[in-house]
Amino acid sequence: MSLELIGITVLWIFLYGYLIVASIDFGAGFYAYYGRVVGIESVIRPVISRYLSPVWEVTNVFFVFFFVGIVGFFPDTAYYYGTALLIPGSIALILLAIRGSFYAFANYGARDNHLYLLTYGATGLLIPASLSTVLTISEGGFLTVRENNVIFLAEELFFSSYSWAVVLLAISSVLFISSTFLTYYAAQAEDWPAVGWLRQFSLWGGIPTIISSLFIFIALRNHNLRHFENMLDIWWMFALSLITFMLAVWLIWKQRNYGMAFILVMFQFAFAFFGYGISHLPYLLYPYVTIISGVTNPAMGRALVIAFVAGLFLLIPALILLLRLFLFNLKYVKGET
Amino acid sequence: MSALEWSRALTETTLAFHIIFATIGVGIPIFISIAEWMGIRFNDPHYSLMARRWARGFVITVAVGVVTGTCIGLQLSLLWPNFMRAAGHVISLPLFLETFAFFFEAIFLGIYLYTWDRFKNPYVHWLLTIPIIIGSSASAVFITMVNAFMNTPQGFTLENGVFTKLDPLAAMFNPATPSKVAHVLSSAYVTSAFVLAMIAAFSILRGRQHEYYKKSIRLNMFAGLILALATFAVGDMSAKFLAVMQPEKLAAAEWHFETMPRAPLVYGGFLNEETLEVTDALHIPLALSILAHSDPNAPVIGLNEFPRDLWPPLYVHYLFDGMVTIGGYLVFIPLIFLVFSFFKRCNEYNRWILWGILAGGPLSLLAIELGWFYAEVGRQPWILRGYMRVSEAATTNSHVQLTFWLFVLLYLVLGTVCTMVLSRLFRNQTAEMELEERRIIL
Repeated sequence: MSLELIGITVLWIFLYGYLIVASIDFGAGFYAYYGRVVGIESVIRPVISRYLSPVWEVTNVFFVFFFVGIVGFFPDTAYYYGTALLIPGSIALILLAIRGSFYAFANYGARDNHLYLLTYGATGLLIPASLSTVLTISEGGFLTVRENNVIFLAEELFFSSYSWAVVLLAISSVLFISSTFLTYYAAQAEDWPAVGWLRQFSLWGGIPTIISSLFIFIALRNHNLRHFENMLDIWWMFALSLITFMLAVWLIWKQRNYGMAFILVMFQFAFAFFGYGISHLPYLLYPYVTIISGVTNPAMGRALVIAFVAGLFLLIPALILLLRLFLFNLKYVKGET
Repeated sequence: MSALEWSRALTETTLAFHIIFATIGVGIPIFISIAEWMGIRFNDPHYSLMARRWARGFVITVAVGVVTGTCIGLQLSLLWPNFMRAAGHVISLPLFLETFAFFFEAIFLGIYLYTWDRFKNPYVHWLLTIPIIIGSSASAVFITMVNAFMNTPQGFTLENGVFTKLDPLAAMFNPATPSKVAHVLSSAYVTSAFVLAMIAAFSILRGRQHEYYKKSIRLNMFAGLILALATFAVGDMSAKFLAVMQPEKLAAAEWHFETMPRAPLVYGGFLNEETLEVTDALHIPLALSILAHSDPNAPVIGLNEFPRDLWPPLYVHYLFDGMVTIGGYLVFIPLIFLVFSFFKRCNEYNRWILWGILAGGPLSLLAIELGWFYAEVGRQPWILRGYMRVSEAATTNSHVQLTFWLFVLLYLVLGTVCTMVLSRLFRNQTAEMELEERRIIL
């Protein structure tokens, strides 16, 4: 496999990892706030905070890893995206900063402050919306280059139906992924009242998720025909995504095997996300940067791949330890320790 | 102001804010680890409680450190896209490794915080501090390597604006790396020692007399003395490095214009920027030659050897003097403390020493800021010394001003809320209350 393909595969896997863990985190923040508003806080909050507390920092690292990695493997992206995304990128950063620190403030300092919880819940929906603009911009049409200056066409982005479809999908999938995971987590804890609520959330969350992803197909056809046709070439990936989605919803509906349901949801997003990614290639930013034109020097590329493999030897055992101590530790999940 | 100036202002603000939390984040895990170990080893619950309380405050500062670190990480591309496009080919390896170290630390910090009473053998929990220390110090090492590279770039050939013949390891282990890394680490440790001692000194000054606070001060002052001396030694190493590799930076700090042997050291004073005359300064004969080359007769290169447009701003002299003065203070205070505690008749916890320790906390943080401003402003006008000027690296986006104010607002909010939460956390639950709660009566 060539260097640029290894690079983009590694990065895409990490972005997928971020998609899953961040969705759980962002959605959980929203549900925690929503729970307080509708008066079911005491039911669902313990499940949520037991999951979030040991992992909130790790979520953030997935994101840092991705943006450091993409600049490392494809320095050209720093130039185009960096120049263009100053405002949307800064807004996303500020939201992330508020969210990350306020979580610690609320949980380790002043628990149960209404304002903290509102901030936490609101940023949970705004961040995926602002981060998803990067994916929209990557389709091309929102940047032009004049006299060596990259110019970001903010108005085009704001009035594009495609960009709104992406935002809608981002928000609805955050809520969907999060609720399916939390349903599973609550079921592990045998906290049946919480399961009841979270199950409702995931069943309702599935509907906008699937509608907006269909809407994206239509909008992309108008926006970037090349990409749309590439997607049709690997239509089976999206078909698998739909099938796994239906199976997951069916399991949740039938109230059985929530763990399997969550795995199916992970597969649903894996098929869709990798299908989207593969059909996007070779472009990283249509039409300015491809994975071949933007790739780093081969010497640096090799060093990065070696560092990556060596790093994984440290990370994977550490992550497994974290999961075993908290996520898959029945005593911890049930709140006994 | 132009996009370039706003970009510089925003980068300065972010880094100045981040560095406070980053420094604490690198240093404090070591002290948590030492305290927890002493608690287990000597069966002294005071130290165990110390570790817990420090860890609790530490999490809050880490959170701010993490989010502001994320900010500066992305701002590198947002504000300096031309720099990242060019230098990304050479420095992405240490940046990438830094995220790994950070990842490692984040995982184990999460585990550490939630497993206090979970293991039968207390040393198992203590062992978790080791990967946290490794992770936090390693990320400081890697990110400092990136900064060192910008000062003394190597490991590539520049052909028609394209970086070729790369050697990523040579770029990482450039001449500035050893002294910079050592200085960053030792100064972060010493600062943390003083910040922790500051809290205990504050409590005693407020009238609390519990042995717990005295133990904290003793531990931190003892470590503080060793670390402050080490920082001085490493600082000396840095000056010798600068004299050879970046003479203009050292010369600007010392207002040393003419190349000459037996060079005096200029301390304090004022400079007339037009005539380059120094007034009211203390001139220490031969000291600069000794500082730069360990030899009173050695010639030291002066600023006049460089074209005027490559001079760093000359106000860095004040930053340098400030940093060194505080460095001396940080050696003096623990020394006094230890001397007083050696003689039975003296009270090492008298008000004056406690005030001195209290001031050491903010002063050591100030020294970190001064030192970084000196190091960064001192390499103006270069972003990559000898290769790329700062003006060539900045973004062309015209909205930097707006971004600047947005981030200033963010840091104001974060700084205020963080201080509020931290002080409330410790005020609502004093060490005495916690000792009683945990039934520690000694």
